[in-house]
Amino acid sequence: MYRYDEFDHRLVTERVEQFRGQVARRLSGELSEDEFKPLRLMNGVYLQLHAYMLRIAVPYGTLSSRQLHKLADIARKYDKGYGHFTTRQNLQLNWPALKDIPALLDELASVEMHCIQTSGNCIRNVTSDHYACAASDEVEDPRIISEIIRQWSTFHPEFSFLPRKFKIAVCATKNDRAAIKVHDIGIQILKNAAGEIGYEVWVGGGLGRTPIIGKKIGDFIRREDLLAYLEATLRVYNMQGRRDNAYKARIKILVHEIGTEEMKRLVEEEFAAVKARGALQLPDAEVERIKAYFAAPAFETLPDAMPELDAAIAREPAFADWVRANVTAHRVPGYAIVNVSLKPIGKPPGDATSDQMDAVADIAEKYAFSEIRVAHEQNLCLAHVRKKDLYAVWQALSAADLATANVGLITDQIACPGLDYCNLANARSISVAERISERFADLKLQHEIGRLHINTSGCINACGHHHVGHIGILGVDKKGVEYYQVTIGGAADETAAVGDIVGPAFTEAEIVDAVDTIVKTYLDIRKDGEIFLDTYRRVGVQPFKEKLYAAH
Amino acid sequence: MAQHTRKGAQFQAVTANRLADGVVVYLTADNGWSESLQHTEVAEGKEAGEALLARGQQFFEPGNLVLDVYLFEVEKTDNGIRASSVRETIRQAGPTVRRDLGKQAELAGVHE
Repeated sequence: MYRYDEFDHRLVTERVEQFRGQVARRLSGELSEDEFKPLRLMNGVYLQLHAYMLRIAVPYGTLSSRQLHKLADIARKYDKGYGHFTTRQNLQLNWPALKDIPALLDELASVEMHCIQTSGNCIRNVTSDHYACAASDEVEDPRIISEIIRQWSTFHPEFSFLPRKFKIAVCATKNDRAAIKVHDIGIQILKNAAGEIGYEVWVGGGLGRTPIIGKKIGDFIRREDLLAYLEATLRVYNMQGRRDNAYKARIKILVHEIGTEEMKRLVEEEFAAVKARGALQLPDAEVERIKAYFAAPAFETLPDAMPELDAAIAREPAFADWVRANVTAHRVPGYAIVNVSLKPIGKPPGDATSDQMDAVADIAEKYAFSEIRVAHEQNLCLAHVRKKDLYAVWQALSAADLATANVGLITDQIACPGLDYCNLANARSISVAERISERFADLKLQHEIGRLHINTSGCINACGHHHVGHIGILGVDKKGVEYYQVTIGGAADETAAVGDIVGPAFTEAEIVDAVDTIVKTYLDIRKDGEIFLDTYRRVGVQPFKEKLYAAH
Repeated sequence: MAQHTRKGAQFQAVTANRLADGVVVYLTADNGWSESLQHTEVAEGKEAGEALLARGQQFFEPGNLVLDVYLFEVEKTDNGIRASSVRETIRQAGPTVRRDLGKQAELAGVHE
């Protein structure tokens, strides 16, 4: 894992000291809320419905056991003993007091963590694949370039006041687990025929009130040129993006308005100018230095076949269910990737208690090289577990109520905090997800349904990624009452698509039945081997519409 | 700021978040801020509502106690004062999830 150098240390400790002074001046009344608000947002502090909310950055979703233990401690000491993992691979605390936040930030800094780049119109925390270094078809560990982008973008003076926030995601496998096509910039790592590493660059993707799939503008940017290319793209956006209307300020609107070809031309022009100045060429030695931090752990040479594992699977149905849904193949024989579901039936998606965080940190320490990943689907992941340890890992997770066997299934839902916590929300998300989870709790039914992602957002800002859910649910407010609009056919992977609206919104009382009707319709009309998305792509929205609104 | 009351609302109260910890508070008759909706002063009619809001806003900057001061619609019932919207009911009684914690546990009846 990456370790802070002296510059990182200084940067973070200086920032905490600045913020300590700013909080003191706000509490004494020296600073007004108008003056203080941009300062607190630059440190990840929001004001929500019930309290302040602190968003803690987890760069590219990688945590050490030590860091996760610290997050558990902090949630216990300064919050109510739990935190919420988000679709940005971050952790949010829902209840910290403003007066405590400087002390909390000190504690975070002690484990090389902070809240920088989690808010404001800057380049946000870079996200990536939670299977990094473990997936078999990976071109290169995506965290190497993610870390380089993090260092380049942190407090970048030119890009600290962009027209709007800016999100970059990196993926290094054919299967896109980082949703790169719905980010402001998506980077796909490739290898050419000569065996050289390069980057495909997608621009102008995004969700929110105007969902757009990104457009490819760079086919193969050479490694040494990537920062120059990103700088050129950001500069074009910074100069030409709209600042007159917050709803039209994201880069997706610029790309949409001027067209992909013109965007590409402008970026190429600026890229040539940046390159001519020569300052941003990424030196090989620096790449190698960062690469060393992400070197694969010392894997043992093990047989891939594991008779004792097969025996345990045959012996214990609950273990077999968990292996089937939550464990996936690793690139190294004898190892497996373990997904830790944060989606217990009927509970808030993405929440983990302090005790659960401690348990995962301990399990990672014992069985997974002390490393934990946060997935954008709001689950955790132990990327490198010996197959012979899977049974012990399952037992330890079970003891912490963390062995729900539902990853990728219908109860593994994404949901934003919604109106239960969020100041921007129009309707609740979590309670809807909880009720859907209860409706489909039967695991046999979940496997019969197969892979199906339900994503719920409590407002048009789409933190719950509803547009790219196979079934998407958007909460809206009609005169103080919650209603839910449904889309189907969205996807966040390499086949990224924005879902189609099925028709008029449903009431809070109707929404779970509506989802049930969609699922039953799919089960009735699907062909052998199809998952929900395949069926939808074959038949379109009409059959679902007919069933949903037949009684209306 | 978004509108949290409506034209023609009969009863309104003033709410805010406390500066030091963000906790939801309500303006009381003696110009204090209470954590309980049941202690809030309720204004009847448009003019009384506006006057109540003006009083609450005095504490926004100079008093430095609270922030995000606004009016919202309430109802008077046999069981006390209730917020009219789902949003304000959740602000009053906590999230509708994790009912074992905090004020959603203390005010368990409100979300029923």
